[in-house]
Amino acid sequence: MAVVTPAERRVALEGAAQGAGAAETVRRALVRHPTFLLGLVVLAVVVLSGALAPVWWTGDPLEMKPAERLQRPSAGHWFGSDNFGRDIYTRTLYGARISLAVGGAVAVMSLVLGTALGLVIGFYRRLDMVMMRVMDGLMAIPAILLALALMALMKASVQNVIIALVIPEIPRVARLVRASVLSLREHLMVEGARALGVRTPRILVRYILPALVAPLVVQGTYICASAILFEAYLSFLGAGTPPFIPSWGNIMAEGRAYVQLAFWIILFPGLFLAATVLAINLVGDGLRDLLDVR
Amino acid sequence: MVPEILRRLMATIPVMGVVAIAVFALLHLTPGDPAVIIAGDYATTEDIARIRQRLGLDQPLITQLGLWIGRVLRGDLGTSIFSGLPVTTLIGQRAEATIGLTVLAMLISVGLGVPLGVLAAWRKGSWVDRLVMVFAVSGFSMPVFWLGFLLVYVFAISAHWLPVQGYRPLGDGLWPFLRHLILPAVTLSVIYMALIARMTRASMLGVLAEDYVRTAFAKGLAPRSVLVRHALKNASLPVVTIIGIGFALLIGGAVVTESVFALPGLGRLTVDAIIKRDYPVIQGVILLVSAVYVVINLVVDLLYVILDPRIRY
Repeated sequence: MAVVTPAERRVALEGAAQGAGAAETVRRALVRHPTFLLGLVVLAVVVLSGALAPVWWTGDPLEMKPAERLQRPSAGHWFGSDNFGRDIYTRTLYGARISLAVGGAVAVMSLVLGTALGLVIGFYRRLDMVMMRVMDGLMAIPAILLALALMALMKASVQNVIIALVIPEIPRVARLVRASVLSLREHLMVEGARALGVRTPRILVRYILPALVAPLVVQGTYICASAILFEAYLSFLGAGTPPFIPSWGNIMAEGRAYVQLAFWIILFPGLFLAATVLAINLVGDGLRDLLDVR
Repeated sequence: MVPEILRRLMATIPVMGVVAIAVFALLHLTPGDPAVIIAGDYATTEDIARIRQRLGLDQPLITQLGLWIGRVLRGDLGTSIFSGLPVTTLIGQRAEATIGLTVLAMLISVGLGVPLGVLAAWRKGSWVDRLVMVFAVSGFSMPVFWLGFLLVYVFAISAHWLPVQGYRPLGDGLWPFLRHLILPAVTLSVIYMALIARMTRASMLGVLAEDYVRTAFAKGLAPRSVLVRHALKNASLPVVTIIGIGFALLIGGAVVTESVFALPGLGRLTVDAIIKRDYPVIQGVILLVSAVYVVINLVVDLLYVILDPRIRY
């Protein structure tokens, strides 16, 4: 890692003082935060089940077997089958791919765009007043409504879902970055750099940005978790991932007509969805404690 | 105090201005001709021309913005393309279900979330605390619609205690109205309750460490009295803030909950409008909901002045 936060440095120093290696430091951190470890394990399971979906005794997620429709969970269909006789277990594992891709892409894009905007607003004071009012206004629109409205204007595709979820997040990230920049720009090291004649863009990249990495990583995990939830909401409402793609929201949307007959169509993808979001939130909470953010 | 309140009131004007412009811009920022998008895939050239003319899309952009803001200020949110009814009428028809749902959910989450947070902070490190924290993290991660279906499965399909879905207006009597709203409100309240419990606990932990709380316990006051009158009163500011900020969460959840339970509320209105690309309706609902959000947070800020006389703007 290029950046060493104060918390890491402290942990590292403590470890070094006691003659312990980096592995020992990490091990102790994990023991002290069992929920962080739990989150990592669950997340790893979901990532592996999605990434290696064809390996885990799945079939074709789109294959319809009319003779096997609405079967309860059994040896043939571990999670049961839907009204087209498609295997829910297979579809759920493949659904992990969509959710993780959307969550990861939304987190990375919101962080990059929001950080760029926040750095500029925080350092060029003349922009601040106007831009912050604009950010306040955009944040007053509930994210899910804004995302729904954006989806109404775009073609249903995974790419557009990502765009619709990134836009509401940008002002939130920008706000966080701006607040940090405002406190950091008074820092002695920045003043020193200025006195030496370092130009603003270089100060932003070399002095301010490194200090922002820890809070942004934590923020990124929360954005990822909520993006996965929102993708499922949008798909469930019929304004998200196109219906032919087996995303968790789509599987559940198709299962809603069969709540009384075939509850498993909703139960299993939802279980994966809840576990994934919970795992990412636990990782986020753990990182926040370990990196000593706020 | 009065000038401060006035200044805070004035500060909402630019925010609402940005919201109005953003809602207007929604239609114009996307690539392509909005009239073509709204008309859909099977529209004829005449349909598109009619929509363009009806929405004023043939005028210059700045004129359109001026007209839109002027209409909004007069309380006119335009006409639904699909039903031909004024958007304000449609919103009026759907408001009862959404208000009932969100108010009930808010009552449940504050009514349970605050005591849970107080209890967890009081018994920090105990199993009660752990349980509340587990609930807080998992409740916050819960997919609203999935929880809704689980509750429906247990309480409506298996136990037959409550209706599976549907809605009865308040005019049909209080009990039928509530009976249809219990499951949706509980579903919706969980995320919000988790948020409130977590914030209450954190805020209480800070206050419980204060000297005056120790003194109050030491002089033999009943724990309930210390917790509520001494501690909670001083820990309430962050909790009130989160109740305001969390309202956005509640509205987002309401859109999904209404869909699960087939409640004829604003969320359903929006989702239906989005599927039909009925843009005036979408714009109207977003503008209204954002305005409610801004007003709620304004009230929260003003409450600050009452709750804590030290705070001045």
